[in-house]
Amino acid sequence: MLKEKLLELRAQALENIGSAEGLKALQDAHIRFLGKKGPITEVLKGMGKLSSEERPVVGQLANEVRKLIAARIEEKRAELEAKLIEKKLESEKIDVTLPGRKIATGSSHLLGSIIREVEDLFIGLGFSIEEGPEVEQDYYNFEALNLPKDHPARDMQDSFYITDELLMRTHTSPVQAHTLEKHKGVGPVKVICPGKVYRRDNDDATHSHQFMQIEGLYVDHNVRLSDLKGVLTVFAKHMFGADREIRLRPSFFPFTEPSVEMDISCFRCGGHGCNVCKGTGWIEILGAGMVHPNVLRMSGFDPNEYTGFAFGMGPERIAMLKYGIEDIRHFYTDDIRFLKQFNRA
Amino acid sequence: MLVSYKWLQEYVDLSGVTPEKLADKITNAGIEVEHIDYPGAGLKGIVVGEVESCEQHPEAEKLHLCQVNLGTESVQIVCGAPNVAAGQKVPVATVGARIADNVKIKRAKLRGEISNGMICSLDELGFDHNYVPKEYADGIYVFDNDVPVGADALPYLNLDDAILDLDILVSSAHCMNMIGVAYEVAAILDQKVQLKKPVVDETDQIASDKISISVEATDKVPYYGARMLTGIKVAPSPRWMQLRLIAAGVRPISNVVDISNYVMLEYGQPLHTFDYDQFGSDHVLVRHAGENEEVTTLDGQLRKLTSEDLLITNGKKGVAVAGVMGGENTEVSSTTENVLLEAAVFDPISIRKTAARLQLRSDASSRYEKGLDRNRVGLAADRAAELLTQFAHATVLKGIVEAGERTVPEHKITMPWQKINQVLGSELTREQIVGTLRRLNFTVEVADELMHVSVPARRFDVTIPEDLVEEVGRIYGYNHIPATLPEGSSTHAGLTPYQKIRRKVERLMESTGLSQVYTYSLTSKESASSYVIHDQEIEPTQVVWPMSEEHAALRQSIVPQLVNVVNYHSNRQMPDVKFYEIGKVFLPVKGEPRPAEEEHLAGIITGKRTERNWEGESAGVDFFSIKGIVETLFDSLAVADQIEYRPSKRDGLHPGQTADILRDGKVIGYLGALHPKVQNDNGLNATFVFEVAVESLLRHGKTAIDYHFLPRFPSTTRDIALVVKRTVSASDLDRVIRENGTSLLKSVRLFDVYEGSHVAEDEKSMAFSLVYFDPERTLTDDEVNAVHEKIVHACAEQLGAELRG
Repeated sequence: MLKEKLLELRAQALENIGSAEGLKALQDAHIRFLGKKGPITEVLKGMGKLSSEERPVVGQLANEVRKLIAARIEEKRAELEAKLIEKKLESEKIDVTLPGRKIATGSSHLLGSIIREVEDLFIGLGFSIEEGPEVEQDYYNFEALNLPKDHPARDMQDSFYITDELLMRTHTSPVQAHTLEKHKGVGPVKVICPGKVYRRDNDDATHSHQFMQIEGLYVDHNVRLSDLKGVLTVFAKHMFGADREIRLRPSFFPFTEPSVEMDISCFRCGGHGCNVCKGTGWIEILGAGMVHPNVLRMSGFDPNEYTGFAFGMGPERIAMLKYGIEDIRHFYTDDIRFLKQFNRA
Repeated sequence: MLVSYKWLQEYVDLSGVTPEKLADKITNAGIEVEHIDYPGAGLKGIVVGEVESCEQHPEAEKLHLCQVNLGTESVQIVCGAPNVAAGQKVPVATVGARIADNVKIKRAKLRGEISNGMICSLDELGFDHNYVPKEYADGIYVFDNDVPVGADALPYLNLDDAILDLDILVSSAHCMNMIGVAYEVAAILDQKVQLKKPVVDETDQIASDKISISVEATDKVPYYGARMLTGIKVAPSPRWMQLRLIAAGVRPISNVVDISNYVMLEYGQPLHTFDYDQFGSDHVLVRHAGENEEVTTLDGQLRKLTSEDLLITNGKKGVAVAGVMGGENTEVSSTTENVLLEAAVFDPISIRKTAARLQLRSDASSRYEKGLDRNRVGLAADRAAELLTQFAHATVLKGIVEAGERTVPEHKITMPWQKINQVLGSELTREQIVGTLRRLNFTVEVADELMHVSVPARRFDVTIPEDLVEEVGRIYGYNHIPATLPEGSSTHAGLTPYQKIRRKVERLMESTGLSQVYTYSLTSKESASSYVIHDQEIEPTQVVWPMSEEHAALRQSIVPQLVNVVNYHSNRQMPDVKFYEIGKVFLPVKGEPRPAEEEHLAGIITGKRTERNWEGESAGVDFFSIKGIVETLFDSLAVADQIEYRPSKRDGLHPGQTADILRDGKVIGYLGALHPKVQNDNGLNATFVFEVAVESLLRHGKTAIDYHFLPRFPSTTRDIALVVKRTVSASDLDRVIRENGTSLLKSVRLFDVYEGSHVAEDEKSMAFSLVYFDPERTLTDDEVNAVHEKIVHACAEQLGAELRG
């Protein structure tokens, strides 16, 4: 009797579980068939009335039925849960092509980037970075650089004077004189001096009353013009491409003797001639030379013991050449559409 | 300096050296040839014609019918020039020819008469009208009679020439004349210069009988010489001279004037001619002008002089501003017969000052300013006398009347010849070095290691051994010098701590969304006095001679410039922008003309916090956006615990949304909202700014890093909500909490501020999260409670705070 009942329960339970559509129905089935007051428990309770031969047989069957039902419930639960997860994931699907939440960063100014690049290159060559005042004494801006009071190159008209003896520096070269003085006649001196300079110019596409300069100075025993040539070659290749060549042309600056102008082979056409190099194959990049003995002497260095080279360049010019920028005023108007273009520079 | 290739050929053999090649070589040796002009470029079919007959055109009063022999044929040409006449040799553009502006000449019928070509004016051949001599200005050009009929006309007009434009710097003033250029080119090409010494045919009459000279200003007039010339007939100068002057950019006037200009171009020595009969005395006195002394110059202008100017006088009144411009009263005219020719040397600085003050820069003054060949002054006077004899019918009186030394000795430089190699890094032999200097016509003697170099006076720019290094380097060619890397001792390199941390600040600003700008240091006086961190009742530093009011004073703050940048963007429909700048400000110091310079960091933000996107509009930036940036800065510099914010009122900022930034009790900057009025004036939306005196902050900031072990024991977090009067600030509560938190309180963070119906109208609630921690053990509840109660108690006591229920 009990045996038949168990078999019937098994069939009922398996059907119930099989047709359960949700976790709730499955839970109900669990309580109904395996709960403490469930039919299988009932069967086990009624076992006392059975004979000792029947008892183990029915007992074993009851346990088997119970185990089977429990196993089927677990199977079904796993199946239902998997379905649920799948459904949830399906509902969480998004358009992955929608734009993300960007962190808007600002951009570096192109001139700052160029100055950093030059600084880092020369740090690698053993140079330090020196800065100096922008309001400068006439002595450091001119006299100490071999530009005595009546020199034609220091026309009052070209400089912003504050008093007779003070002016907005017209170049970064006075930092040379300050630095040499600090070293009290003992080399080596290896510095790069970047900074703002000021000239009495009307602002237009190619002139700015304020602009940047980067000056370099190397003073030591036996510094040669060939060393200048070597260092500038490294610079030109670093800034403008490994296949650049340089040439030095004689020029004139009061603070160097000999003085040279450095050209690089045109990075646009490679030297064949184009509109960037105006057909010459060469682009003028910077002025340089061997430090004038008067400059060394005035700043406490003995020109019989020391020689040196100096060079000066304009970051604006480098930027304009490199990127084809047509108007120097862009650097100081700071239009964000201009600035952003050079964030990677 | 415009250099005629054809003229130059007279001094140096240029065979095999094209104008382009020559220009290249000159440039590479140090004087930039800015461009080459070919005046005859594009001209074709211009021949020398002879006007055989010239008759009135039957139908037109102003036209002539000319029969012109072109060598191969004789053709009829209609010509409208008033100066055309039979017997003239003239430039003819034949049928098919090209004249200036690429105009093609065709056979034409003019008022019924056939014209087979055109007789040309100089303008029609491309000459600049400004340089055309007046005798040809309104008509055709006429050749000398010895020009062969039928020949190509261009060579006889120097239209087969090439003109090299040399950019003369202070260092190359020796090339401001043809002889100087000849020496330079000869050195470059390793050639000899061919010069003819002027030959003067003097009469027995003694010049010093007619004129005497005295110089008062001897320090500024090392030499003053004069020649006397009589019997002159003023007329046009010879055509070859006219053409050379035109090529050099000088307009031919008359033989006397042209000759003095020509000799200046040739020798570099400015000359001046006085009409002797108008001179007013027989004595030349050179002296300083009197203060406000007046003289009328050649251009008809009355010039007021100062005692710094040099004046040529006849002993009483001025007849010329020395070295700058002659006087009207003694000007050579068409009737001049007797001429006093001045050849003098004046102090360059004096001439420069006078020319600049009178705004009278002439060919003469620019040569005096840059320096002359001191030893050419007598030769130039002789050359002018020679030419005046040949082309102006002059008789030259005997001798040069003079004051001062006519010549000076050559400059001597002694140096070890090896120094040239040491400085250049080259390996030239002694012979190469000496040879190069000799190419420059320097005299060189070598004694063992030393060389003694005599430098001619024309190279007044060469004075020290380094100058000789340059001369050898540039003539030998820098391209032949190797490129080496320095062999000297190694040095410590790198950024200073300040430079390093400044770069970090730049990156940090950019990572918070601010873009870097550079703005001008010079600004208007008004803006230079605005938004100053420490306003100090002193005028900003100003430049004495500004270009404009916009750039007249030195900024004391960066903020006004940033406002301008934002304004620029707002005017161009870019309302959401954020910028920063690190740069110098210039703070006036009482009693000192020189301002103190320090670097400040300033920032400005306006518009939306983030870009508008598909999730909806972002909120606008506000005070706490800019404060967050400032706090991030101080966090990253590890100085946040020294910083305090205090409400303040500043001009141009919102009185209720402005705070001073203090470090250790000292104001180092501020932040706040722009005043609504400033926003309106600039057409801006809500805009927020900050400025920090960042240089002293960075220089005295924390650099060393203190490492702490990772915690081994848990911390305890307690939240606390306090109700206070609205006047109590967050920083008041924060301070009391920290002061009473003992060493166990590790951090305090405000996480909620509430004002509204659940608290009284004049009250607010602020909730803080407090973290307690002991590195040595786990804290018990009782320990934490004790501290926590102490804090609550202190807040109640000091700030009237009540725990919110």
